[in-house]
Amino acid sequence: MPEWLQFFLPQGGYGEGWILAVAVMTNVACGIIGCYLVLRRMSLMGDAISHAVLPGLVMAFLLTGSLNIGGMFVGAFIVGLLTTFLTQTLHRHGGVPADASMGVVFTSLFAVGVVLLRRYAGNVDLDPDCVLQGQLALIPGYTTDLFGYEVPRAAISIGTVLILNTVFIVLLWKELKITSFDPGLATTMGLRSGLIHYLLMAMVAGTTVAAFEAVGSILVIAMLIVPGATAHLLTDRLSRMLWIAAGVGAASAYLGFLTSARWNPDIEPAGMMAVAAGVLFISAAFFSPRYGVLSTLWRNVQTTSRILREDILAMLYRLEELGVRRPMGGREAAQAVGGGLAAAAALWRLLRLRLIEHAPGGLRLTDAGRDRATHLVRSHRLWEAYLVEYLGLPLDHVHAPAERMEHFIGEKLQYKIAQHLPQEQLDPHGREIPR
Amino acid sequence: MSYLVAIVLTGTALLGCVSGVVGSFAVLRRRALVSDLLSHAALPGICIAFIVAGGKHYSQLLTGAFLSGLLGVALVTLIIRWTRTKEDAAIGIVLSTFFGLGIVLSSLIQRSPEFGGTAGLERYTLGQAANITRDDVVLIAIVCAAALAVVVLLYKEFKLFSFDPDFARSQGWPTLKLDLAMMGLLGLVAVVGVKAVGVLLVPALLITPAVAARFWTNRLGPMLALSAIIGGLSAAAGTLLSAGVHVDWLGFDPLAFGNNDSPLPTGPLIVLCVTAVFLFSMLFAPRRGMAAQVIELVRLRQKTARENLLRTLYELSEPELPRRPIVSPEVLRTERAWTAPQARRLLRRAEQVGYIEQTGDGPRLTERGLAEAAAITRTHRLWELFLIQGANIASDHVDRDADSIEHFLPSEMVDDLESVLARQGRLPAIPGHLPESPHELPSHGREAPRA
Amino acid sequence: MPAPPLEIHDMTVAYHRRPVLWDIDLVVPQGQLIAIVGPNGAGKTTLIKAVLGLLPLASGKVEIFGQPYDQQRHLVGYVPQRETVDWDFPVTAFDVVLMGTYGRLGWFRRPGLAEKKRSRECLDHVGMSAYADRQIRQLSGGQQQRVFLARALAQDAQVYFMDEPFAGVDAATEQAIVELLQELRANGKTVLVVHHELQTVKEYFDYVILLNMRLIAVGPVATTFTTENLQTTYGGRLTILDEAAEAVRRGEVRR
Repeated sequence: MPEWLQFFLPQGGYGEGWILAVAVMTNVACGIIGCYLVLRRMSLMGDAISHAVLPGLVMAFLLTGSLNIGGMFVGAFIVGLLTTFLTQTLHRHGGVPADASMGVVFTSLFAVGVVLLRRYAGNVDLDPDCVLQGQLALIPGYTTDLFGYEVPRAAISIGTVLILNTVFIVLLWKELKITSFDPGLATTMGLRSGLIHYLLMAMVAGTTVAAFEAVGSILVIAMLIVPGATAHLLTDRLSRMLWIAAGVGAASAYLGFLTSARWNPDIEPAGMMAVAAGVLFISAAFFSPRYGVLSTLWRNVQTTSRILREDILAMLYRLEELGVRRPMGGREAAQAVGGGLAAAAALWRLLRLRLIEHAPGGLRLTDAGRDRATHLVRSHRLWEAYLVEYLGLPLDHVHAPAERMEHFIGEKLQYKIAQHLPQEQLDPHGREIPR
Repeated sequence: MSYLVAIVLTGTALLGCVSGVVGSFAVLRRRALVSDLLSHAALPGICIAFIVAGGKHYSQLLTGAFLSGLLGVALVTLIIRWTRTKEDAAIGIVLSTFFGLGIVLSSLIQRSPEFGGTAGLERYTLGQAANITRDDVVLIAIVCAAALAVVVLLYKEFKLFSFDPDFARSQGWPTLKLDLAMMGLLGLVAVVGVKAVGVLLVPALLITPAVAARFWTNRLGPMLALSAIIGGLSAAAGTLLSAGVHVDWLGFDPLAFGNNDSPLPTGPLIVLCVTAVFLFSMLFAPRRGMAAQVIELVRLRQKTARENLLRTLYELSEPELPRRPIVSPEVLRTERAWTAPQARRLLRRAEQVGYIEQTGDGPRLTERGLAEAAAITRTHRLWELFLIQGANIASDHVDRDADSIEHFLPSEMVDDLESVLARQGRLPAIPGHLPESPHELPSHGREAPRA
Repeated sequence: MPAPPLEIHDMTVAYHRRPVLWDIDLVVPQGQLIAIVGPNGAGKTTLIKAVLGLLPLASGKVEIFGQPYDQQRHLVGYVPQRETVDWDFPVTAFDVVLMGTYGRLGWFRRPGLAEKKRSRECLDHVGMSAYADRQIRQLSGGQQQRVFLARALAQDAQVYFMDEPFAGVDAATEQAIVELLQELRANGKTVLVVHHELQTVKEYFDYVILLNMRLIAVGPVATTFTTENLQTTYGGRLTILDEAAEAVRRGEVRR
């Protein structure tokens, strides 16, 4: 194996493989269930639950006397449901705003958890720090027997949760989709939105618990919310969103692992994974082809420069139409549309596209340019005629709106507007509407 | 109580007061969870301040925390503004990413030889109230005084803006600046609170006192004052519990369960105290409390049932008025679908008040009961008429609506209804001031008294 | 001739670049009760909000008595839609009315005796003085609306904008509101009201603005509130406008 590849792969000797595997499984399990939290606009419920399960965890530990995964699940389920229930009760019957009731409930439960943890600290090898950042590095140390293989306990618990989450989503695919999209419709179709809501919260709580031990609560929050939100920036389809979320989760696990294992072992991998997820989200926010900031900005720039180019074309057309002999110079044209760098760039683009060309003494339209300009002026005058006819605007008020609209009227719309107008070929000012 | 405890007590109590005031506005503006964001996002700022300034001076860490907290809020705003991500997810993303960054930085700090020996993350996540020094208290006092001064100065503006931002803007108030001012205050108090109760529990100090205070009053000023008192007292109580002061009073320590008698951290104890006040308020506050609401509900049910009884008796007696006929209990029960015990209980209560008298064959209205029943029936029918004529609601739906609504009608509205109907010439002039019921009564209802 | 209370020039308003009101152009006479009428989604609330500077204008300008709105705020009273407010907020009816005086007070100054007296008068005016100390949630819909009106009165404005004051109120309140409007008119105030009930337009108002994404007609009720104009207003949306709006939002042309 080449040396450079070893850099990117986990090294068996240090149990790195297991660490990475557990981290990836955790993130994927959180990521897919978290998509529904994001879609239901309940992301912060994930935050609340992951804080609030602490007392459930401690109680379960005290009752069963060990870090028995089954007991901890039960404890977490109960507290997770309790959080959901209390939040809703405070909101509905106590008149407390929804967000405040969530805040009250999870902080209280977390405080109870911390006190319990303190009081029984000797028995529990959990301390509040571990609850926050987990103990990824120690995972390979606690193993148990599975079909004759020695497997880290955390891998079994998180693996189970991953499978459970997948089964849950596959089985209730339709129900989850409808209740997330339109709870009212779901109820009229006989689906119990409330039940699904509680089930989902229970799954979140269970996921939280399994992930807790390995990666800590903060990573759980990050992984419940960030992959789903990232995926939502990249696609509009639910199935694809789940896949992307899983991918984002796995990628953040890997990136966090790599930073910690190869660059600086002092870095806490769980924290780094959360940061990596955040970076992935920001990247998606910037570079998403459809919903990204850059593509939005790019579209705006393109529209603005297109409008500028079209203004020049339309201007040249009108000069031609008026029969002005003297052609307009480049500088003059640029000045007329506002001047500056943008205008110069627009002129340069028009020349390159061969929509205008240099003529003795100035610029003139090429045939292709005249075509485009005709289209624009037609849009302009059709819109003026439309405004007068249907909006009843006075003549001296229609030019400015038409000047704005001419850039957005395509052939189809032109056709429709023309159909709505009486069969005259003149705009309201008495000028010909070109074809 | 030792000098040290007194110092800590002053610090936490001050903090509790101001959190109560500043947090109230956050809760009222449905921004409660922004406090969660602010406190989480403060962590990397603390670490960076630690690395850059090297110092452990409180004011440096505070500045770092404040800046990164506000940066977090700004990021959330940008994400909401520029992407399709919704507010809840944006808060979650920034909160967890910033906190993850904080964990990374603090792990570097802890493990690097340069800063070796500094205590763990826990002192920021769960607070380190016990380490509050006199200098810290001075700083806390300054911050708190500044925050309170701003709230007092801008009380009118904050009130208007929180209640009706559109109206505030139409009056020309710079709502964006007011929003920033509120957010700044919240951030300031949140980061100061990080030292006392920790990142994870700061939201409790900001949210819970306000929510508890809201149960006791319907006015903003008293709510702020009460919230400050609740915050301050709970913080003080939590601090005292954590210092073990209660052991001297009680002679034993009820908090000494478990197998570990190390002192409990102050932060969670403060939060539990606030929560206790909240629970008490939610259950027992007059009017808005749950107990009061349950009592109110029971009263309303009883009133409804009594009025239904009287109205039914009246309708059954109507054909033979002004004679007051005896109504057979069976007819009465079938009329309203009451169970026998229900009907008995209702009749017994009505008898106690003197609305009915029991004869051998069944109950009948007393003079007083008849007057009361007539009044109730009048209200009922007025409402029915109004609904039918004013709102075009089909006649067969009306009875039900009237049943549930007539008990909520204040007497002046009844007069209003009557005058409206009268003005439109639609108030039937019926002897005894009783309009005819607009829908056919069930036939046995009319025949029963004669039978 | 003095400047009109409201003059709108070529105003286009867009949400996320998508125009919802097209090229509105109107002048409103002083001392009239003016109904703003149109189907749901016609942009009635948008019109008011744009005039009050709560929404940015894509183009055009608005003048109140011949000056931009920013300089004339003190002359304008506003009654927002009832649903826009948090009715659980811990304020009493009196507090809400008092807020009407805040605009004139300026920064930091608290309402004094004069403002309180004025607010009490306004509450009394709408017949709500008995409820001054009630928390606003504990009022009926009609009473809440009256409190809002009282707040607008406390603004002591010259021109009022009211967004559906008649929505969800009882008959008595409706009557009270109408009387109040007439009184305002008698005092030379101008009142613009977003109104839904077509039956009562002729009875309550002098002047009408018919709106459906664009201005259909504006003028005295007697001449403007005609069947023909109403048919244009309610006769479906102009598909061309919808398509054009969508094209602007997309920002690109399909050629």
